[in-house]
Amino acid sequence: MSTPLDLVFEKTRAENRAALIAYIPAGFPSQSGCAKAILTLADAGVDAIEIGYPYSDPVMDGPTIQEAAEISLKGGTGSADVFAALKTASSTGVAAVVMTYWNPIEKYGVDAFAKSISDNGGSGVITPDLTIEESGRWLEATSKYAINPIYVVAPSTGDARLAQVTSKTGGFVYAASVMGVTGARTNVSVDASELVSRVKKTTQLPVSVGLGVSTREQAKQVAAYADGVIVGSAFIKLLLSAKSEQEGLDAIGALAKELALGVREGR
Amino acid sequence: MTIETSDVLGHFGQYGGRFVPEALIGALDELEAAHNAAKVDPEFQAELAELHRTYTGRPSIITEVKRFAEHAGGARILLKREDLNHTGSHKINNVLGQALLTVKMGKKRIIAETGAGQHGVAAATAAALMGLECVVYMGEEDTRRQSLNVARMKLLGAEVIPVTSGSRTLKDAINEAMRDWVTNVATTHYMLGTVAGPHPFPTMVRDFHKIIGEEAREQVLALTGKLPDAVLACIGGGSNAIGIFHAFIPDTAVRLIGLEAGGDGVETGRHAATITGGSAGVLHGTRSYVLQDENGQTVESHSISAGLDYPGVGPEHAYLHDIGRAEYRAVNDDAAMEAFALLCRTEGIIPAIESAHALAGALIVGKELGPQATLLVNLSGRGDKDVQTAAEYFGIPL
Repeated sequence: MSTPLDLVFEKTRAENRAALIAYIPAGFPSQSGCAKAILTLADAGVDAIEIGYPYSDPVMDGPTIQEAAEISLKGGTGSADVFAALKTASSTGVAAVVMTYWNPIEKYGVDAFAKSISDNGGSGVITPDLTIEESGRWLEATSKYAINPIYVVAPSTGDARLAQVTSKTGGFVYAASVMGVTGARTNVSVDASELVSRVKKTTQLPVSVGLGVSTREQAKQVAAYADGVIVGSAFIKLLLSAKSEQEGLDAIGALAKELALGVREGR
Repeated sequence: MTIETSDVLGHFGQYGGRFVPEALIGALDELEAAHNAAKVDPEFQAELAELHRTYTGRPSIITEVKRFAEHAGGARILLKREDLNHTGSHKINNVLGQALLTVKMGKKRIIAETGAGQHGVAAATAAALMGLECVVYMGEEDTRRQSLNVARMKLLGAEVIPVTSGSRTLKDAINEAMRDWVTNVATTHYMLGTVAGPHPFPTMVRDFHKIIGEEAREQVLALTGKLPDAVLACIGGGSNAIGIFHAFIPDTAVRLIGLEAGGDGVETGRHAATITGGSAGVLHGTRSYVLQDENGQTVESHSISAGLDYPGVGPEHAYLHDIGRAEYRAVNDDAAMEAFALLCRTEGIIPAIESAHALAGALIVGKELGPQATLLVNLSGRGDKDVQTAAEYFGIPL
């Protein structure tokens, strides 16, 4: 059975382009602001939205997403708000997934979390700190509720290990473009294209590149070799630096439109 | 009783394992291989033993504290004097082992986290000794509480980076060290200071500290002709405790008692007693007990002791707790400081506030077991670094 996310990649492959995937933490810049940001991004033409589950100890994230997570947690964001944001996103017609560190899933209940993803129209979950060795119960749950278990691979991941990880993955493979934490960068490393080609030797799944993309030109470059382009910190920076919520929303809408052009110019 | 405490994936029952970004798997595999090779390499073991003999000052002695014991119902109390090690705590055991492994792996840079500063000082010391670049992450709050140790690390040539995210304590220092490691993993070894974190850290750090219990077991037997009735140690992440417990695990008649930091009292919520007051969860790459809320967010811990102020605990302790082989109790700030003062005045030994939690436990357990009992207490560190905190607590003008 195909998830909305699977269908997005079928469509973008048919159109010979990459998908644009936007990341926004639940409860950021505020509970109502998050819903508005989701609608703005969907209107601007993103193909899929990742709802971040803000977490107290985000070891994979740079200062930008850390700051957004702290703001969100101070605003009291919990699991109910994450699923509400997911529902808002999926209701717009884009594919919607949650990105979360593992402990909130374990605390919520592994089976229950997968069920709530499905109940709120979600396609899957990206789990950046869940290794395949610790995934037994999670893969049972994602299979039971027909959602995509999305794993992250890195330039340091060896070929044998890549094959093991991608064999457990659904939806798309998340290729972290550089060794490091999240955040906008001037250059998306050459490691990214090498990693994508190594991943593609192990799987037919779409491969999306994240970590560091912030401009139309970068989106275009990545879209030349990847099936999806993931943008997170660049949107969050705009929301953090805006003088008002509306100014921030206008800015992310404008950036998303630019990026949507970029992912169509790569090939 | 034989307990198989770890499988090939680093599990202790349902605890342990690896919950880390894929970017770190290669480095963890490399470290695990280096550790496994070193364990059976006579040359490595001889090199480490020689360092311990000529640099650490091992074996550390045991001291019987008779005047202190008068306050513990008359039980016989023996202190394992890890406070007499070079750098003033047990932490040196682990850093020398890991520094040797770093050299074997061909890496030139180490990073470390520190709470009280004991591990940071030890890491900076080992780095200086072996010519490695050293960066220590320390919560901003802890740099204030432990300013003397910050200066020590700088004197030893380390760079100390104050961490301003989150609660600005040990937990956040570990987050920042892990971010550094993800970014610089090809050149850098993360010298984790306790028996937590992803596999192989809990097993490897325990292996470097188990010498504490191996020595103490022989020393107590030689002195008293029998095994102790109980072994006590303070627990933050749990490295000194697992170090002294490990050799006694098969001796099921010996009670193993870990003393957690009760802060203002477990019932107040302001504490760092992770096993006593927490629940199963994942933090910093391992599954264990965690102080967390209903959404799985880590809750800030509180303790007068910076070294115990951590909302997690090593997975082997979680396992020893669940199978009933070790017991874990909370000691409040006030009880720890009372024991701190008592050891100073009855024995002329100023303990680390961390270790004072174990001493406070001995005062209680001694009364429970009576005058026939022998207690072995790990005096994991000395209190020089705590003089300012203690002076503030007792109202001594500085």
